Amino acid sequence: MEKNNKVIQVEGLTKLFGDFAAVNAITFDVEKGEIFGFLGANGAGKTTAMKMLIGISNPTSGKAKVAGFDVFTQAEDIKKNIGYMSQKFALYDDLTVRENITFFGGIYGLSRKRIKEKSTVLINELGLEKVANTLVGALPLGWKQKLSFSVSLLHDPKIVFLDEPTGGVDPITRRQFWEMIYKAANQGITVFVTTHYMDEAEYCDRVSIMVNGKIEALDTPKKLKEQFNAKNMNDVFLKLARG
Amino acid sequence: MGISVNHISKSYKNVKALQDISFDVKPSELFGLIGPDGAGKTTLFRVLTTLLIANEGTATVAGFDVVTDYKKIRSNVGYMPGKFSLYQDLTVEENLHFFATIFGTTIEENYDLIKDIYVQIEPFKNRRAGKLSGGMKQKLALCCALIHKPKVLFLDEPTTGVDPVSRKEFWEMLKRLQQKDITILVSTPYMDEAALCDRIALIQEGQILEIDTPEAIVKHYPKQIYNVRANNMYQLIKSLNDYEYNHSVYPFGEFIHYTDKRKDFNPDQLLVFLKSNQLSNIEITETVATIEDTFMELAK
Repeated sequence: MEKNNKVIQVEGLTKLFGDFAAVNAITFDVEKGEIFGFLGANGAGKTTAMKMLIGISNPTSGKAKVAGFDVFTQAEDIKKNIGYMSQKFALYDDLTVRENITFFGGIYGLSRKRIKEKSTVLINELGLEKVANTLVGALPLGWKQKLSFSVSLLHDPKIVFLDEPTGGVDPITRRQFWEMIYKAANQGITVFVTTHYMDEAEYCDRVSIMVNGKIEALDTPKKLKEQFNAKNMNDVFLKLARG
Repeated sequence: MGISVNHISKSYKNVKALQDISFDVKPSELFGLIGPDGAGKTTLFRVLTTLLIANEGTATVAGFDVVTDYKKIRSNVGYMPGKFSLYQDLTVEENLHFFATIFGTTIEENYDLIKDIYVQIEPFKNRRAGKLSGGMKQKLALCCALIHKPKVLFLDEPTTGVDPVSRKEFWEMLKRLQQKDITILVSTPYMDEAALCDRIALIQEGQILEIDTPEAIVKHYPKQIYNVRANNMYQLIKSLNDYEYNHSVYPFGEFIHYTDKRKDFNPDQLLVFLKSNQLSNIEITETVATIEDTFMELAK
């Protein structure tokens, strides 16, 4: 029973580039509906670890299951069952809001009928009725990010991976974004967020911090702050990363 | 001799990038422009560094007019653009040498000014700039912007995309530069960095919302803020948004920042309401405003 609730299970996962261990035997679990923060300095190994979890990079050794599928042998099944959004790659600027939804719906294999239904719901929920036929490139950054998050959920994934989702977005839109994340988590979708902005870490249920390829801390923000005698996550991070 | 901006406006087609912006930066002040992407920060930097001409208004930098004395400004300011703009195919040392030469000086002549920063990247002086990590690129860019000993330094989002350790070191460097009589105008989308400036301007959609010291700005916040927490964050946000007396409801890490419309607000009433919405483990405690609270209140 308990096992079914773990949608990400990682044990001793390692990635070597030559002699260099970019990811060095990391072990952790993520529960269904959890908002899990995956932190680390530039070069700590976050991106490499995430690439293995989303099935686009083969681990050197260790074990990992994502959405019930093995990262070594079932990478294609993983891709179908997860959503992905990053600040860098989001939507096509030269397609309209509606065209982007249709395009990604098609990629995820949704039926035309389903895409139509989803488009209407999504556009209404985001309040984008007036710009549904506007090119995405003309929208403010915050709107793009919210739309991009919704698109990553089009195919009802079990887990959504967010790679630094709110960088540069204004504070109000940013909060609307986090409300969307809470809503998704409340519906049972697991949210895996990488970021190096520590105030973003404070929103997560649990947070792991990677230093030089290893997970050096993993707990709720509250407990991490107690453990490191720090007033916020930024201090926790500085204490860990500076050693 | 710092910076003086008087009623500057700049439009691109239909977009009003800057609308009637005025402020002064005192000599050797560390002044922050705080605002999200699209607020107009970069446009303002480009006007002040003479790369763009405003539609209306005037400005001086180090005592020189940005339009009529643009050449003098260029030799008296350092500018670090938001996008990494050094030569990726030149080494660390070659980039620095190149910028020194352009400004008619040498690395040796002003080495004192950059020494603290340069020693951190010196072990990599023969590495190409394109192969440096984010934190090291940023340090090199700062050295190149300083090598001609500018009176005024413009830094456009120097810490965006840089991890917390490098960010902290960067701000410590700025504080030291300030001691050497350099006026600094720095922009950032990160509200927590605002507290490190002498004074800040909050900017959104081309307009300045407020200018003051960080301490004064948070003191101006008009209401008592409460930290609210419960067993289910999403239900809590929904319930607070439904509460008829709410003035603002914003997620803030593990809490919600809540303000109430009523002057005689009693948190116990809110507690009763939240309990009636099937929430449990409810905590409501007073907290103090941050720069971000103020920004959102002004931008509302």
